[in-house]
Amino acid sequence: MKLDDLIHHTSEWLKGTGPYSDIVISSRIRLARNLANIPFPHRLNRKQAQEVLELVKLAIQKVDYLKNCLFIELHQLDSLDKQFLIERHLMSYEHARSDNYKGLVLDTTEVISIMVNEEDHLRLQVMQSGFNLFEAWNIINRIDDLLSEHLDFAFYPEWGYLTSCPTNTGTGLRGSVMLHLPALVMSRQINRILAAIAKLSFTTRGLYGEGTEASGNFFQVSNQVSLGHNEEEVISNINALIKQVIEQEEQTRQNLLTNQRAMLEDKIWRSFGILKNAFIISSQETIDLLSMVRLGVDLKIIKGIDRSVINELFLITQPAHLQKIENKRLSTQERDLKRAEIIRNRLQDVK
Amino acid sequence: MLCDLCNKNQATVHLTEIIDNQVTELHLCEECARKKSIEMEQQFGLADLLAGLAEFGKGLEEKETVKLKCPNCQLSYEDFKKIGRLGCSECYNTFKRYLVSLLKRIHGSTRHLGKAPVKLTARKFSKKSELEELRHKLQKAIEAEEFEEAARIRDQIRELEKKQNKE
Ligand SMILES: [Zn+2]
Ligand SMILES: [Zn+2]
Repeated sequence: MKLDDLIHHTSEWLKGTGPYSDIVISSRIRLARNLANIPFPHRLNRKQAQEVLELVKLAIQKVDYLKNCLFIELHQLDSLDKQFLIERHLMSYEHARSDNYKGLVLDTTEVISIMVNEEDHLRLQVMQSGFNLFEAWNIINRIDDLLSEHLDFAFYPEWGYLTSCPTNTGTGLRGSVMLHLPALVMSRQINRILAAIAKLSFTTRGLYGEGTEASGNFFQVSNQVSLGHNEEEVISNINALIKQVIEQEEQTRQNLLTNQRAMLEDKIWRSFGILKNAFIISSQETIDLLSMVRLGVDLKIIKGIDRSVINELFLITQPAHLQKIENKRLSTQERDLKRAEIIRNRLQDVK
Repeated sequence: MLCDLCNKNQATVHLTEIIDNQVTELHLCEECARKKSIEMEQQFGLADLLAGLAEFGKGLEEKETVKLKCPNCQLSYEDFKKIGRLGCSECYNTFKRYLVSLLKRIHGSTRHLGKAPVKLTARKFSKKSELEELRHKLQKAIEAEEFEEAARIRDQIRELEKKQNKE
């Protein structure tokens, strides 16, 4: 597999399948791991950083389960490639900031990604479509076990996995669920819900994780605490919380359908109309309008279009994706034109 | 209108910042706005952690904390306070006394209840069977009324149990 092949297929987690996929876009688990006695990435000299990269590469080659993975050294990538990987949620902004002795391991279905020498020596990530944290956990737990046969992970029985930042010490686990909550936003209940989530020591973030603002109707909810509970407990706690949020969103959607159907249909069809006819469109406007169209599809107001098509439009209308598709650098203005063209084409036959 | 930061792209995000009681308007492009929000989050996050660290050093003798340095990666306590990141796994040992209260503040707990690396789990299992074997021997010794031997085995068991509980 080559990196450019990714552009031609849809990430596994965007298939729009899995439990509650009308509200939950994706579920993700990440584990932070470090090698014992070797300084953490921010304190590494070149030789040590290179050594970490080699040790991890070697370990991955020994694990059969990961044998079809692509091992990328970040200096091989240009800034467009990096942006492209961030847009696909395969890598963090933090990781892309510099490319000294940093690695990225990807599997062909984009379920697994491993960042090497990010904040920790290893950041394992597994993504699933829909509300599926336990499946993600099963996969990542297995990879972690397999890798730990070939790598000496920094671990104290008392404190668990030792991480660069004490906020990750313990399980090193962060479970995140990406939610689409247009009805809660529309009915102005979202702030109440976000406040309740924060009180329970969970965090809410935007589409691209740490440091990004919630964009439109998308919210990523994750656990904050990594000591004092085992992995299954942490995941069960997130699940319980997410289930409540899903219920609230579902109820509000039904209320809107019953009590304000005309307003709702008007919003959805106007959004659809703009997307189907616009010649210039920014990425923020695209996200906002696609969100309404997705709601229309989920509520069966818009028929004849699959959820996965909307999901794919979210993905490929992002700046780096547009430039990858065109195979050249595009200015913001050129991107807004191209974006509108792709969306028009894709929605052409939908009535 | 062009972006105030890069002067290259069209500004689409408009922010109001208050710095030293001065209201400043910032007009940013999509990309710069995104970078800016990351920056702000990080400053905020770090400040938060450092507030925790101030408490973390409380009750320590000045000299003692200044002297503390990780023998493996040379990170000093002062460095740690500044960057909020540990330098290596050995730092956890070096700063153990002071990390306890920090971890408690962050997580509300200082006890790992999750999984362990496969290698360690395997070792633990072999220790368990060692223990079982000793218990078996003890049983036999008692049955054979070899009490001196039994006492010796009992001590061995206690020793092993103590070791395992420490882990
Ligand atoms: Zn700019
Ligand atoms: Zn150290």
